[in-house]
Amino acid sequence: MLSYVIRRINLFVITFLLLAIVAFSLTHLGPGNALSHVANTDGLGPGQIAALRAHYHLDDNYVVQFGYYLKRIFMGDWGYSLASGEAVMPALLRTLPATLELILSAMFLALLIGIPAGAFAAMYRKSATDYAVQSIALFGYSIPIYWWALILVMLFSLKLGWLPVSGRISLLYEIPAKTGFLLVDIWLSHVPYRLEAMRDALAHLVMPTVVLATIPTAVVARLTRTSLKEVLKKNYIRASRARGWSMWKVVQRHALHNALLPVGRLLGLQIAALISGAIITENIFDWPGIGNYLINSIYSRDFPVIQGCLLLISSFVILVSVVTDIVFTMLDPLHRKRIHAES
Amino acid sequence: MLANRVLVLGMLSLLLCACSDNHKSLVQQGLVYCSEGNPETFNPQLGTSGTTADATANQLYNRLIDIDPKTGDVIPRLAKSWHMSSDGLRYTFVLRRGVHFQTTDYFKPSRDFDADDVLFSFRRQWDVNNPFHNVSGGDYPFFDAIGMGSLLHDIIKDNDYQVTFVLNRPDASFLSNIATDYAVILSAEYANQLLAQGVPERIDTQPVGTGPFIFEGYRKDSFIRFKANPDYWDGPVDVNPLIFDITKRSSRRLAKLVTGECDVMALPLASELSEIKKNKNLKLQSEPGLNVGFWALNTERPPLNDPKVRHALALAIDQKTMMQAVYYGTGSPANSLLPQSSWAYDSSLPPMTQNLKKARELLADAGLEHGFNLDVWAMPVSRSYNPNARKMAELIQSDLAAINVKVRIITYDWNTFRRRLARGEHDSVLIGWSADNTDPDNFFSPTLTCAALASGNNRANWCDPDFDAILAKALLTTDRDKRKAYYIKAQQYLHDAMPVVPIAHGLRFLATRSNIEGVRLRAYGAISFAKARRVK
Repeated sequence: MLSYVIRRINLFVITFLLLAIVAFSLTHLGPGNALSHVANTDGLGPGQIAALRAHYHLDDNYVVQFGYYLKRIFMGDWGYSLASGEAVMPALLRTLPATLELILSAMFLALLIGIPAGAFAAMYRKSATDYAVQSIALFGYSIPIYWWALILVMLFSLKLGWLPVSGRISLLYEIPAKTGFLLVDIWLSHVPYRLEAMRDALAHLVMPTVVLATIPTAVVARLTRTSLKEVLKKNYIRASRARGWSMWKVVQRHALHNALLPVGRLLGLQIAALISGAIITENIFDWPGIGNYLINSIYSRDFPVIQGCLLLISSFVILVSVVTDIVFTMLDPLHRKRIHAES
Repeated sequence: MLANRVLVLGMLSLLLCACSDNHKSLVQQGLVYCSEGNPETFNPQLGTSGTTADATANQLYNRLIDIDPKTGDVIPRLAKSWHMSSDGLRYTFVLRRGVHFQTTDYFKPSRDFDADDVLFSFRRQWDVNNPFHNVSGGDYPFFDAIGMGSLLHDIIKDNDYQVTFVLNRPDASFLSNIATDYAVILSAEYANQLLAQGVPERIDTQPVGTGPFIFEGYRKDSFIRFKANPDYWDGPVDVNPLIFDITKRSSRRLAKLVTGECDVMALPLASELSEIKKNKNLKLQSEPGLNVGFWALNTERPPLNDPKVRHALALAIDQKTMMQAVYYGTGSPANSLLPQSSWAYDSSLPPMTQNLKKARELLADAGLEHGFNLDVWAMPVSRSYNPNARKMAELIQSDLAAINVKVRIITYDWNTFRRRLARGEHDSVLIGWSADNTDPDNFFSPTLTCAALASGNNRANWCDPDFDAILAKALLTTDRDKRKAYYIKAQQYLHDAMPVVPIAHGLRFLATRSNIEGVRLRAYGAISFAKARRVK
């Protein structure tokens, strides 16, 4: 097991290095000179420009430059936004929790709906329920989320006026940031309008969550169905049924637990899809997360921010995949045995 | 599963609790303005964009004098009264007493507004030796573009509450220029404090003024937060807090207005107006704008340095189609920078009509019968003088194809766009000008003079001393007929040289929720929320 963990961590380190190379090369691949991609040189004199070149080691060879780049990354100096002059690292740390909040609530919703739906479909195979779940799942899986989001906005915001169009909370509410997770921050805050703000924040969360959860819900439902279907064919289930247990009891006691293991594992791998979904969703709903930050910085050709976002998002995806891999390998005895056979 | 149930129940109970919340809703006290972009700075002296002026000029600051939007007369603000000497060279302002500067987290004033603040605010822009002159870049586009630097001879503090401006020559537009959004009064005491702390640049990012709102925070692409100034000298401020919700897409702004997330919306698109008029919960104000949308040709770049080529381009475009496809009837076609409502407008100028044959001839004359490649920069934001520059650029692209000119359309984020434009990186750009006051000079001096070129605001990069001389002469006299003659000459001069192709004068629109009052749309200048209030 230890060697498996080490191999996974190794993989993480190598991938991170590759990503850092890609991010670093952005500085040199963009149009114009390299300095203008890392710092705002407007109105600077030759002395200041030379000092900046020296700071970023732009006159050294690429390998040395990359070494210093890595050093800066690890020291937490992720550069400054060309557009706003704001340091990139604090901005990333501010926007990441907003994205995580959205992803976690979407994940929660996906499990809340996907697992029971998939389980029902597996239990009542070839029934109307099964077909309904399958077709809704297929619909959810294939609908372009941009379009889906627009339909929801038209209906629930513009037509019915129930839900806000965009943002994370009405800007009228000023919530002191402690954890960066808005719902938690509102809970911890002592502002007089705490409940009003909580209600507003939840209302803002509904549509982006539903949109982002659509595909994962479909995936979870289909996986649960397939996986539970397989489990229900097993002999120990038949034995339980023969003992006179109801289908419900069998599923609750034995089958679901075993069926969910592969679902959880695949869900960890779904994180990449969820993040790309989040980037689109954030852009549609103006959700102030890292995806929206990335898209805005691409529009303004803000290279330090683009580099920072890419590096953080992709290392986050890899980290989650590696961790899920390790955790589920630990949980799943069969898989644990296969580790060596596979490699 | 149990954990899920607990969470769901928790959320539901929270929602129910929230319903019985007795606190007076913030939504009832505050106001959200959906603005169209990021301000470049929090000191309007440093920029000329309407976005910056909207976010700062009337919320944070005051000026010595204002212009009454109805009568066009100069009215008192921080100056109680003023008079001009008989030779037109000395303007003396008597200042209002008891005006407090804002108390913020970063500054507590120890004295009221007085003559020192006026001196500081103008000297900063004028005097290159002032310690604040070069802070934040040292560019004062409006001040420089109207040639205020060479006009001023001295600014004298007569006593704590009286200041005299001494001019080098009479200038008929002086009072109008002092009344613009860019002539705001900053705190000298705050400036000194920042200088002592070694952080002078904060004066432009953490602003202090005498205006109705106090700056609380700004996040790019997201919001600006203001709170009401409890010590405002000009009566109580009803709205608290005031939020600028930066929402670049017009359709998104409209959606937010419809759902009530915004109370006031900037710059609705012409195509959205009918939707706003239909909605019972919304109000639409419109006003003929003192503005002009134009296509500026970078006269420093060949072949655009040849007036024949510029005329050919002007003749190739179809203004009529633009009026329909871009303005939807919310603008009037322009043939001069001045709108027809201006007293100095030259009614003898011919209308801009498309004439491809003539355009081809002119290009052939210039040796370009096979055409050339041209970049057209299109603003990423909508302005009342050009609600949709992108679409206009596409129309120009297809029009110019007919005379073999291949157009590439270029656009950037608004701040990047303006920065690159000021550096003169463009071939041509679809942009325009909204007047800051009713004086005709305001259409020419800030946009097309050599001084405007030096300040980075001359989008055609066109500097012609003869043209400057006409404008200078116009300013030397206060006789309106004589001035008009000079402005007519200036307009004809521009028509011959064609550094910019005038396209349209747009109507200005402002959409609000119907329960918002006191936010008045004017023909020129920035928005003000000082008198905004919520009814019902």
